[in-house]
Parts: sequence; structure tokens; C-alpha cells
Amino acid sequence: MATIQAHPLTPQILLGLTALLVLLFDSIRPNTRRDGVLAAISAVGSIAAGGVAAWFIAEGTGQAETGGAISEFGGSLVVDGTSLFFSVIFASVTALVVLGSYDYVREEDHGGAYYSLVMLAATGMSLMAVADSLAVGFVALELASLPSYALVAFLKKNRGSVEAGTKYFLVGALSSAVMAYGISLVYAATGSLRFAAVADALAGVESVGVLGLGVLMVAGGLAFKTASVPFHFWAPEAYEGAPAPVSGFLSSASKAAGFVLAFRAFTAAFPLETAIDLGINWALLFAVLAVVTMTLGNFAAATQENVKRMLAYSSIGHAGYVLIGLAALDGGGELVLGASMMHLLVYGFMNTGAFLFVALVEYWDVGRTFEDYNGLATEAPMACVAMTIFLFSLAGLPVGAGFLSKYVLFMGAVGAGYSWLALIAAVNSALSLFYYSRVVKAMWFEDPSGDFGIERRPVGIYAALMVAAAVTVALLVAFNPVAETAISAAGGLLG
Amino acid sequence: MVGAVEALLAVTALSAVLVMLAPNRVAGKLAFGLSLLPLAGSLLMYEGFDGSGNALLESGTLAFETNETWIQLGDIYALNWHVGLDGISMPLVVLTTILTSAAILSAWTPIDERQSQFYGLMLFMEASLLGVFVALDFFLWFVFWEFVLVPMYVIIGVWGGPRRRYAAIKFFVYTNIASLVMFIGFAALVFALPVTSFDLPLIAQSLRAGELGSLAGIGPETLKGLAFLALFAGFAVKVPLVPVHTWLPDAHVEAPTPASVMLAGVMLKMGTYALLRFNFTMLPDVAAEHAELIAIFAVVSVIYGAMLALAQSDLKRIVAYSSISSMGYVILGLVAYTTYGLGGATFQMISHGFISGLMFMCVGVIYNTAHTRMVGDLSGVADRMPVTAAVFVAAAFGYMGLPLMSGFAAEFFVFLGAFHSTVLGSAPLFTAAAMFGIVIVAGYLLYAMQRSLFGPFFTAEDYEITPAAAHDVVPLVVLLLAVIALGTAPELFYDQIQGAVVNLAENGGGEAAGHAAALLGGGA
Repeated sequence: MATIQAHPLTPQILLGLTALLVLLFDSIRPNTRRDGVLAAISAVGSIAAGGVAAWFIAEGTGQAETGGAISEFGGSLVVDGTSLFFSVIFASVTALVVLGSYDYVREEDHGGAYYSLVMLAATGMSLMAVADSLAVGFVALELASLPSYALVAFLKKNRGSVEAGTKYFLVGALSSAVMAYGISLVYAATGSLRFAAVADALAGVESVGVLGLGVLMVAGGLAFKTASVPFHFWAPEAYEGAPAPVSGFLSSASKAAGFVLAFRAFTAAFPLETAIDLGINWALLFAVLAVVTMTLGNFAAATQENVKRMLAYSSIGHAGYVLIGLAALDGGGELVLGASMMHLLVYGFMNTGAFLFVALVEYWDVGRTFEDYNGLATEAPMACVAMTIFLFSLAGLPVGAGFLSKYVLFMGAVGAGYSWLALIAAVNSALSLFYYSRVVKAMWFEDPSGDFGIERRPVGIYAALMVAAAVTVALLVAFNPVAETAISAAGGLLG
Repeated sequence: MVGAVEALLAVTALSAVLVMLAPNRVAGKLAFGLSLLPLAGSLLMYEGFDGSGNALLESGTLAFETNETWIQLGDIYALNWHVGLDGISMPLVVLTTILTSAAILSAWTPIDERQSQFYGLMLFMEASLLGVFVALDFFLWFVFWEFVLVPMYVIIGVWGGPRRRYAAIKFFVYTNIASLVMFIGFAALVFALPVTSFDLPLIAQSLRAGELGSLAGIGPETLKGLAFLALFAGFAVKVPLVPVHTWLPDAHVEAPTPASVMLAGVMLKMGTYALLRFNFTMLPDVAAEHAELIAIFAVVSVIYGAMLALAQSDLKRIVAYSSISSMGYVILGLVAYTTYGLGGATFQMISHGFISGLMFMCVGVIYNTAHTRMVGDLSGVADRMPVTAAVFVAAAFGYMGLPLMSGFAAEFFVFLGAFHSTVLGSAPLFTAAAMFGIVIVAGYLLYAMQRSLFGPFFTAEDYEITPAAAHDVVPLVVLLLAVIALGTAPELFYDQIQGAVVNLAENGGGEAAGHAAALLGGGA
């Protein structure tokens, strides 16, 4: 029976086409605003891309049972379980963000630019998931980053937003330069840019110092994208200044994009065993980074007075947890790497949801500090229930799937012989409950200090919040498919 | 097919959702009506209970068991939906459903805002508490264990007394850190075992068979010791044992009465239940090795808790501190490792659940109308509230361990078991010291009652004191009847309990010959 053979890169193509379609539609009549249509195109495009990716996963495209990873464009792109899994993450987060942006962006100028930039960034991210060479990875990373800079500075009459965008751009440019230089060093040492070819050449490398420096610099560039120490300091500024939906987009999708490239680059191009033989133990590097990142993120988050900034630091903390996936690779691997992927997926929903709640509060002009949130539950109980689910799930309480992904991650680390790392992560996670519960306490326990003056209930943000909350809870029960896919994807990466 | 346990959990959770969506006006009545469903369900399950032996041991057969794969993590680990009941968990399930219905009734008077949220949370709490007692997979159990905290945290924080926010956060942080320590300890243990799931029976059997390997260079013996310590520390907070008890009085004093009932009545039992299931079932040799040390903790809790209660002038604080004392008996019974010790400890959990719930409700009923709980501000309350005062006195007698009350049977079993312990060095000495606690309990309860309930009528606050409403009195009477029933016929639960602990005890077979009722002189 003849079946329709979809191109394995369909999700990426769909996202890119959607971006172009938004631009095209916006340029037909540039002086009228039709945000509804633009948001709808973007949402449909991203949902379609995510749907196709999910369908591919179900069909087994690019996975071991149907003949393994599919290589495209002369081996510079690859479609496998990992790339599809992450495409689903990017597409879902993008859909949520687009939905949640509608009411928020409608009051600003240049709606067309906003949606097309979001879609272009999403395209870049999904390309990072399929990149199979350092060069393509770098280009994809830039495609994801450049629209992000503009998005952060999107509120151009707001000094905070512009300042944040500038800072983000400067740090981004610096880390891109570092990464490009690192790539050139790796090329100098191995004579190749394709991950597989780099790995082949690795064993015979003579100039180990050059290679080591290159690996270090590549790791640095990826640390920027994932908001990990030492390139994390842009994150609180950028997330705080950016429009809240964009903060959600960057802290969930962009972080996941950095991680998928890191996962693939380090497992495919610099296999750990060979690297350790050469004296380049990058797992140790990531272990140190993981500890520093999670501890710094959590402690800084605990001292914040501004909710958005608190979420920004907590997002750094979560990057630290996910880094465990790379740090603990030498002792088992697929479970702990898979757990990192699971956590990124769940994080995509719960963290985007939390930022969308902040977007809702900003939309109402309620204020930004914990005190401003006092008694919000009396006015908006449904939204506050959703926010409570996100926060407790982020903290690792079993009201959402964040609990499962976190504990699978810690268990994976223990199983891989990194009990100390799991211990530090678990202590950090317990600490995080303190600052997340401050928001819950403000919303539910405190009395409102005055009238919030809430007039409208923006349908788009509400819908996005409810979907994100429903998925966060539903995944707690129906976690098995996610766990299976992530572990088999991780297995595919590790070969 | 959906088993009885699943139905019980689902009905309770759905009731919670329904109540949350209901208007405030009817929420209390609706919640009470719906809470009768799990109550009836648990009684039916008690009737149809066909388990035997201990759930975690190979020899045990479970009642209402389901075991399905929930999440498969590669080929390495599976998380299972494994639930079932044995003679230890069945009575606790019944306790939970009875106390929840009673607590909901007792909330009708004091809770006057955001009712639908309050009653919804109470039912959510019931569902998660039931989950804790039925779960037999560590992960599943841990999900419920953690989930219990959320509704309690919100209830204390929203409906509590003046310092509710401080108490709620302290409760939340304290017990969460404890959970974490316990989780790490247990995870370390599991990873050093040749098992591929978190199934508690499999883990227990594997541990008892001595299959523990090393983890991260730590040998089996050290690992066992560390894990025991982590688990013990984690559960001790929940129990609570001195010196990690300080969250309890704060939480109790600030919590609204129905939450106190659940907290003292059921949530403290989570700690002792877990100690029995984990520390004393899975690592009996470590427990035996450190028996004296644990017994010291137990006796110190008994005596020190009672002394603290003696020093209080707030009726609710008195009852709260006396819980610490009573939980000390449970630990003493556990560490004795005799059939009567373990069985008595479990029986004491049930007995204390009913009695402390009852005492908190009495204090709550008095507070509802007098608006004060200070012993010095009240006098002669029995004059105006004769029924409440009578129940209070009866409950206090139960606490002191007077015959015909469940407290007598429970403490009798514990002391009998502890006295004959072969595991515990100088067992008679420990037993004697713990028995002295009863004297102090009698002292402070009688003294408090004498001042507040009897004597000439007087209150410091100028409120009219009226007899309690019928819906306040009914749960008091029902719980008192339960206490008396268990006191006169302990075999109602004790037979099931003994069946589940007899194989755990070090000298199980011989001494178990004597039957509970026979020992108590034909039920009197």
C-alpha cells in the first residue's frame, strides 16, 4: 500500500514557512493591524510542526526500529528521536507563547514583526535540534539568537526593555565569538566540522591542548544559550526587561535549544570515553558547572523581591539540574540523559506557564513584587490555581510532572554513581520551595492591599495558562510515553 | 478492572473536585455527605478484608491488590501502581475515613469563609492520606506522602490563627526537608540492591535476604546504617520525636480545629507507619543494633513531651504536646520487636488517632463559643456545656489509659511487649521509665480539667457560653463510642494487626499464642 512519505525535516520546514507567511501577510497591508490573524497563523503553524514531530515519533521515523537516524544535506542535518523530541518542545512552547502574546502585543507597535521574529527564532531552535555539524549548529544558534535580541527589546519605549535587549545582545555577541573561535580550534585539531567526523578524528589528535581549548570554548558558547554559569548574568536582566511572554519563550525554548545542541555536540563529536583518554574530561567540567549553576541560581532567586526576576534566577537553577544529564554521562548514561530531556519538556510547560501568569499580571498592571501579588487569588482564582500548579511543580512537589522529571533526573544521577551531585541538586530543590512558596503565600494567604482594577480577562493568556496547567498535571499521570521517548532518544544519541 | 482501592481513591478525589466547585453555602453539607462514601467504602473493605500476614514479607497476602506498570524508565527501573492492604494499613484506612467525616462536621461552626475551598482541600487531604496507606511502590507512596503537605499547608495558611503564615511555612519547610532526607536515604538503599523497581515488598524481601551491595564505594553495612539514619531522621520529624518536634505546637495552635484533628489524628501516624514499614521491617538488624538509642529517644519524647504539656496554659497546646508523648509509646513498642510491642504500637496509632482527634474537637467546641482556650480564662465550663465537658473528661481518661478505653489496651500491649523485649537491653527499665509518663499525663490533664471545666462558672472574655450544636456533639459522641469499642473489644483491629506483625517480631511465634482479648480478661 502506498503511503505518503513526509519529508523528515517537515517540522523545521513548517516553522520556517510559517515565519515567512506571517511576514508576507503583514506586508500585504502594512498599515492595518490584524494581530488575530497573525497570532492564528503562528499558532497553527507551530501546532502543525509539533503535531508532525509527535506523529514522526509515534511512527518511529529516524529511530532504531525503522533503520536509525536519517541524515540529510550531506550529513549536516540529522533527524532522530532527540531532534523530534525537542521539536515537540519548541513547537509547544511557541504555540503557548504565541497564544499568550496576543493580548499583550496588541497594545504595542509592530505586531507583524513580533510574530515573525518568534517564528524565526523557533525555526532556529528546531534547526539546532537537527544540526549534525558544528557549522550548522552555529548558524542555527545565530538564527535563534538574533530574533531573540530584537524580541527582548521589543517594548522599545520602555527603557528597561531596551537596556535588557542591549545587554543580551552584547553578551550574546561575545559568547558567539567565543564559540566560533572554539569551533575553529576544534577544526584545527581534527580537520572536520561534522560531529561524526570530529569523533573519528578524535583518537588521533596530536594537538590536544588546542582541542581542549576548543571544547572548552564551545561549552562556553552553549552555556550562554542555556543561561548557565559563567554566561548566565544576562538572563535576569533580559527576562526582567523583556515582555513576559518573550521571557517565557527564552527561558523555556531557547534554553532547551542550547541543551539539545550541547547534548548532541558532546555525545556525537566528543564521545566521553575518547575524550577522557585524551585528558579532556568534559563531564567533570559540566559537573562543576551544574553545581555552581544550580546553587547560584537558587540562592539568588531566594533573595529577589521581584517575581519575574525570581523566575529568571530559578530558570538558571533549572539549567543546573539539566546539566546533570551531561555531567553524569560516564556512569550509565541513557537514563540520566533521558531524564534531562524529560525535565526540559516538562519545564517547557510549567515555566512558560509561570511566565505567562506574570504576563497576565503585567497586562493588568498589578505590579511586579511579591507584595503586589498579595490577595490576587480573591480576584483571579482560576489563574492563581494554575500558577500554584506551575510553582509547586517547578519546586518538585507532586502536583505536576516537574516532580517526576526532577526525581527521575536525581535517581538517574544516583544510578550513574553521582550520588553527591544528586544530593546537592536535591538540597537545592528543597531550597527552591522556599521562594516559590512565597508567591503562593502572597496570592492565597495575604489580604489584598487595594483594588486591583482588573477590567478585562484576556482570553489568549487565560487559554494558554489553562492549557499549560492541564498539560503539567496530565503529564504527572501519563508520564510513561514521555519517559519512553526520552530514554530511547538518549539511547540513540549515545549509540 | 478497577479495584476497591482505586475506587476509594477516585471517589474521594472526585468528591474533592465537586466540593471545590460547589457554592460556599452548601459546601460543608455536601462535603460531609460525600465523605460518607469513602467511609462506607472503607468499612465494606474492612468487612471483606481477606489479607493475611505482612504486606512487605513474602508470607503476606494482600487484600485488594493491584500491581500495574505506571512508568517504565528504560529497562532499568519501573515505577508501578502497586496498591493493597494488610493488617497494618487496613485499620489506618478506616481511621482516616472516620476522622475525616468527623473533622468535616466539626468544621461547620468555625469555618465561615471560602468554605468550598476548605472542604475541597480536606477531601484532597483524605485522598492523599489514603494513598499513603495503600501504596506499596515507593515512588507512588512518595507522591501521596508529599501531596498530603499541600492541602495542610494551605489550610493552616488561610484558615489558621493569628500567626498562621509563620506556622504554615515552618510546617511546610520542616516536613519537606525531612522528606528529602528520607528520600535520599531510601534511594541510596535501592540503588545498591539488585532490584529493578521501587516495589516495596520486593525491596523489603531483598534487604531481609541480605542482598545489599555497595554504592559509591560505601559497603553494605555502612550503607544500611546511613540509610537507616536518613529514614529515621526523616520520619522522626513527622512523628514527631524530641528534638525535632518544634513545628508541631506551632502548626497545631494556628491550625483550625478540623485541621488539628487530621494533623494529630492521621498525619502523625504517617511518620510511625513509615517507621514501621521502612526502618523496622526492612532494616531490622540495624534497628536491633541501636535499639537502646532509639528507646532513649522514645522515652525522652514520652517524658519531655508530657513535661512540656504540663507547662502549658493553652488547652490546645496541652493536647498538642501530649501527642508527642503518646507517639513516644509507639516508638517504644516498635523498638521492642515483640509481637505485642509491634502490635501495640500499631494499635496505639489507631487509638491515639481517635482520642487525640476527640480531644482537639472538644477544645474546638469550647473555643467556638468561649473564644478562648486559656486554662486561666475559663472556669466551670461544664456548667454550661455539660455534654462537651463529659466527653472531654472521658477522652482525657482514654488518654491516661484508663481501662475500657482504647488507650488502655494500646498502652497495655506496648508495655507488655516492651517489658518482654529480648532485643532491647534493660527493657524493663525503659518500660518503667515510659510508664512514668502516664503519671504526668494524668497530672496535667486532671489539673487542666479541674481548673477549666469545673469549679464556679467564670470566663475572662465576655461571651455567652451556650451548649454545643447537635452537629458539633454528634462527631464527639461517635468518636467516643469508637474509643470505648476499641477499649472493650480491641480484637476488632488487633487481630488484623497481630496477623501482620507476628512474622516481624524477633520472637514471633511463641508469645503470640495468648490472644489479645484473653489477655485483657475476656474483653473487659
